[in-house]
Amino acid sequence: MTTATTSVSGPAANAAGENLRFYGVWLAGMVVLIVLPLVFSSGGSLTSFSLIGIAIVFALSYNILLGQTGLLSFGHAVHYGLGGFTACHVMNAIVSHGWPIPLPFIPLFGGLGGLGFAILVGWLMTKRAGTVFAMISLGIGELVASSSLILRSVFGGEAGITTDRTALPRMFGWTFGPQIQVYYLIAFWLVVSAIAMYALTRTPLGRISNAVRDNPERVQFIGYDPHVVRYLAYCFAGFFAGIAGGLAAISFEIANSAYLGAIQSGLVLFATFIGGTAYFFGPILGAILVTYLQLGLTSVTSVWQLYFGIIFIGIVMFSPGGIAGLVMMHRPLLRAGTLWTVIPSYLVAIVPTVALGCGVILVIETIARHSGGEANAINLFGIAFNPKSPATWIAAAVLVAGGSVIARLTWRRVGEAWDRAATVARDRGYLA
Amino acid sequence: MLELIVISTLNGVLFGMLLFLLSSGLTVIFSMMGVLNFAHASFYMLGAFFGFQLTKWIGFWPAFVLAPLLVGAIGMAVERYGLRNTHKHGHVAELLLTFGLAFAIEEIVAMIWGRSPVDYRVPALLDFPAFTIFSTNYPAYKIFMLAVSVVIFVALLLVLRRTRVGLIVQAALTHPHMVGHLGHNVGRVFMVVFGVGSALAGLAGVIAGPALVTQSDMAAALGPILFVVIVFGGLGSLPGAFVASLVIGLVQTFAVALNGSLASVFGPLDSAGGPSALSDIWNVTIAQVAPIIPYLLLVIILIVRPMGLMGTRES
Amino acid sequence: MRRLILAAAVIAPMLGHAARAEDTVKIGYIDPLSGGGASVGEGGLKTFQYLADELNAKGGILGRKVEIVPFDNKTNPQEALVQAQKAIDAGVRYITQGNGSSVGLALEDFVTKYNTRNPGKEVLYFNYAAVDPAMTNEKCSYWHFRWDASSDIKMEALTNYIKDVASIKKVYLINQDYSFGQSVRSDARKMLTAKRPDVQIVGDELHPLLKVTDFSPYIAKIKASGADSVITGNWGQDIALLLKAAADAGLKVNWYTYYAGGAGGPTAIKQTGLDHQVFQLTEGFANSGHQPAMDYEKAFRAKVNMSLWYPRAVNEMRMFKAAAEKANSVEPVKVAAALEDLKFEVLDGGTGFMRKDDHQFFQPIYISSFGKLAANEPFDEENTGWGWHLVSKVDTPQAMVTTTCKMTRP
Repeated sequence: MTTATTSVSGPAANAAGENLRFYGVWLAGMVVLIVLPLVFSSGGSLTSFSLIGIAIVFALSYNILLGQTGLLSFGHAVHYGLGGFTACHVMNAIVSHGWPIPLPFIPLFGGLGGLGFAILVGWLMTKRAGTVFAMISLGIGELVASSSLILRSVFGGEAGITTDRTALPRMFGWTFGPQIQVYYLIAFWLVVSAIAMYALTRTPLGRISNAVRDNPERVQFIGYDPHVVRYLAYCFAGFFAGIAGGLAAISFEIANSAYLGAIQSGLVLFATFIGGTAYFFGPILGAILVTYLQLGLTSVTSVWQLYFGIIFIGIVMFSPGGIAGLVMMHRPLLRAGTLWTVIPSYLVAIVPTVALGCGVILVIETIARHSGGEANAINLFGIAFNPKSPATWIAAAVLVAGGSVIARLTWRRVGEAWDRAATVARDRGYLA
Repeated sequence: MLELIVISTLNGVLFGMLLFLLSSGLTVIFSMMGVLNFAHASFYMLGAFFGFQLTKWIGFWPAFVLAPLLVGAIGMAVERYGLRNTHKHGHVAELLLTFGLAFAIEEIVAMIWGRSPVDYRVPALLDFPAFTIFSTNYPAYKIFMLAVSVVIFVALLLVLRRTRVGLIVQAALTHPHMVGHLGHNVGRVFMVVFGVGSALAGLAGVIAGPALVTQSDMAAALGPILFVVIVFGGLGSLPGAFVASLVIGLVQTFAVALNGSLASVFGPLDSAGGPSALSDIWNVTIAQVAPIIPYLLLVIILIVRPMGLMGTRES
Repeated sequence: MRRLILAAAVIAPMLGHAARAEDTVKIGYIDPLSGGGASVGEGGLKTFQYLADELNAKGGILGRKVEIVPFDNKTNPQEALVQAQKAIDAGVRYITQGNGSSVGLALEDFVTKYNTRNPGKEVLYFNYAAVDPAMTNEKCSYWHFRWDASSDIKMEALTNYIKDVASIKKVYLINQDYSFGQSVRSDARKMLTAKRPDVQIVGDELHPLLKVTDFSPYIAKIKASGADSVITGNWGQDIALLLKAAADAGLKVNWYTYYAGGAGGPTAIKQTGLDHQVFQLTEGFANSGHQPAMDYEKAFRAKVNMSLWYPRAVNEMRMFKAAAEKANSVEPVKVAAALEDLKFEVLDGGTGFMRKDDHQFFQPIYISSFGKLAANEPFDEENTGWGWHLVSKVDTPQAMVTTTCKMTRP
């Protein structure tokens, strides 16, 4: 898409504009990171932001595998967890030996931990892509997670390894006791890792990884070994996952077997895929959303897992490109100036869709309360529904049935409007 | 010693056959459609809960027939309205769809039946010890499970290899357009295959429910091991899954029976060093690691022979 | 549709809770309320809410209302720490948690660090069910108080009982392979050898946690060993499947368990038909015979529609009140000081006390068996028609252990 645009409009001026915009986005991101804790300063929101930062690094590292190289891994948390354990052990060793290494360097050791394991198992794992790789990663994930309970001296058994981040040598006089200092540490590493991972996609290795994903045979013909490329990509992914794990170890001051498990692996797959694997910023969106949902949904509903599942199914079915794909779909229309022709149909479609969604939520919450034996009211957008009353059931049924029928019709209209807009965009040369 | 070997073999075969019952549907779906169904264990769980509920209403034997049919119908709906639309985005998208489905099904089951185990019992007709060896009873119900597994295996093999339906199904996978031109509805073939695979999982659930614990996390507990079975046996190979189930059942059972550790073979380590990773490995017994041995087998076989024991293709 | 669920989910948390009154004592209940552990966590929450209502009906603590604020930790230590932070933001100064020692240890560590880093805003951690001995030994903390008997205390009580039962000759140990199972196993070995050198330990098994679907190989081993009693710390599906496999194979032994009474346990035992062969160790139970406790149980069941799983939660809340009144303050630092060495009449009768050295509560321990009920035993479990029957009461002095705790006091 970018190339198409550049070829159409004036080349020099546009390249400069592109550049400006590119750096502008990164700068804006950094400013947001700096300002965010000044706006929301409670301990809980700082912890949440820290978690989101960690999740972003983790999801970006996962996308090196899934998005860039086309490797579906079910055991990526292994590197995250090992990074966390390495970081904890290094921190404890620094304290007991009195080494002059301050806390901000610790995530690097986490990264090395993740990288070490990737180097160790990666060569055998990446021999083949596709289902074989997915299954090996599943097996390795289970093996490492189970061994973490057996190798007690390394993993600390069930309790895990604890550490004290304030006991390390100080830097700039920061103790890293208060969460805000930890937040800025995480933000710093987030920026550094994100830039590094973005740069990686621009290197020849990043490009050839994409080629390996799309057509390994051709890559072989032009003289590269896809196995080596996959291995290198795997090592990089392991390294950055380890950094994320190290950051988590600093934030929680504990590393335990939950870091390594299938749930953590599932969550990162979730975040990356929901965000969208085709664009660099996709996993960032996904990580923010999934972490926020995970923290926020649990205090609202006890069946958050179900909503997770439904959102995930929805994304897979209706927008396999994830949120990023959905957003980027509109770019050519925006450039061609035809986006406004679609918006009215969106506005029309949104009403029955919201109704349908409310209906589904009502149904789920009513059943959940019914089976949980609870009778507290369902609070939906400030309107209280009594789960015991038939009025609620009728409302839910009407919303679901009516919503789905009308939504179907209106979304068809959106499709038509979209086609018209896209045709115009194509005529103007903004859409290939 | 003889006692332990005989009993372990018996237990191993029984457990292996249960594994086969669970993985047969998964392998059918994979061999016919190329979809790795992550929600398979969830269909198994649905089967168990439907079985439990129907047993309560109409008795075990009607449930035994109806519950798998219900699960099969749900499977067909999933194929028709979910997988079919996702097919064009490739196998990874299909796999992820079933991944999300597994999440949703677990929560739905928990919502309806709660999270505690339900009281799903062995039918009175089969609730007696079938025979006794070395003073250990073998319940008739376990023998029944074994028999069902074997019947399923033989029937599936016959249908797929010896009948016209089997031929069409196999052809639909490799040459969907040709089969379509010959006048068969390929979409419907896939839908039925997915339905049958799900129904098999449901059947496994109805049968295994009373023998194991029927609760909302039973799918999550069994899911990964099913993948081990079908990958180990060779993706898409029914006889492979059969052999792999037996091997894994036996290996796991015999591993439990063994108390050996490196320490018992080579003598204890010098304990002066205190606990370390080495001493942990040294003292761990084979019995302790028995349930993770299948994963080790999985990794090894995929590295040595990526198509699995009896598989013919790699992915 | 997906957009709208997203939108709903994003907006809903912001609508959430209404403002709360300032004049309350907030207790943050941090336990699983979703996922696999939810049924247990919900049960605990209902218990604590009942207890809070009861306290409030009698005027609260020093005239302040008690409020239980639930937080879902999904049985995950990291999540528990996030929730603890949220709880503190919401004005909680007392945290209570029970499910999972890994979570408990993480919280204990968190609370200790938090209190050192935030003097004047101290938070206390009341532990009602995490039983890892480490929490009151090498990892003990001044800010942590435990009302449940730790696993070594229960083993001390059990072995003191076994000491006098001559019919127990061969014991088999089978436990889950993680810190709790390990400590059950090593304590059993140590204490049995000390108190009954004639008892043979004919087997000592560790199996992976919640991963075994078929226990018959283990049952075969138990059978081959000729054991007459099995001691196990198994819980959840690991105890249910173990007992089922035993009943299937026709194994006749006595089962001394820690958690056979947990959610779903009674249903499983009833299914196996093991009548009065399964024993459990608790600090109290429905048919204990102590009249006030039985009256309490009756009222509790009538209102909450479940058995009182946690008599210790009753002790916890009542002692909290007593300590606050003794200190004449609800300030955590003062309550903590008042709790130390506090003597207290427990729900099921008898005296217990909160030991100053390690903040472990010591109390009488009951051994009861599950099966058909006698005439004077009114309470069954999980609608099975079967219930717990008193086998032996081990008094506080016989249920005490030493500690290695070296506490850092503020």
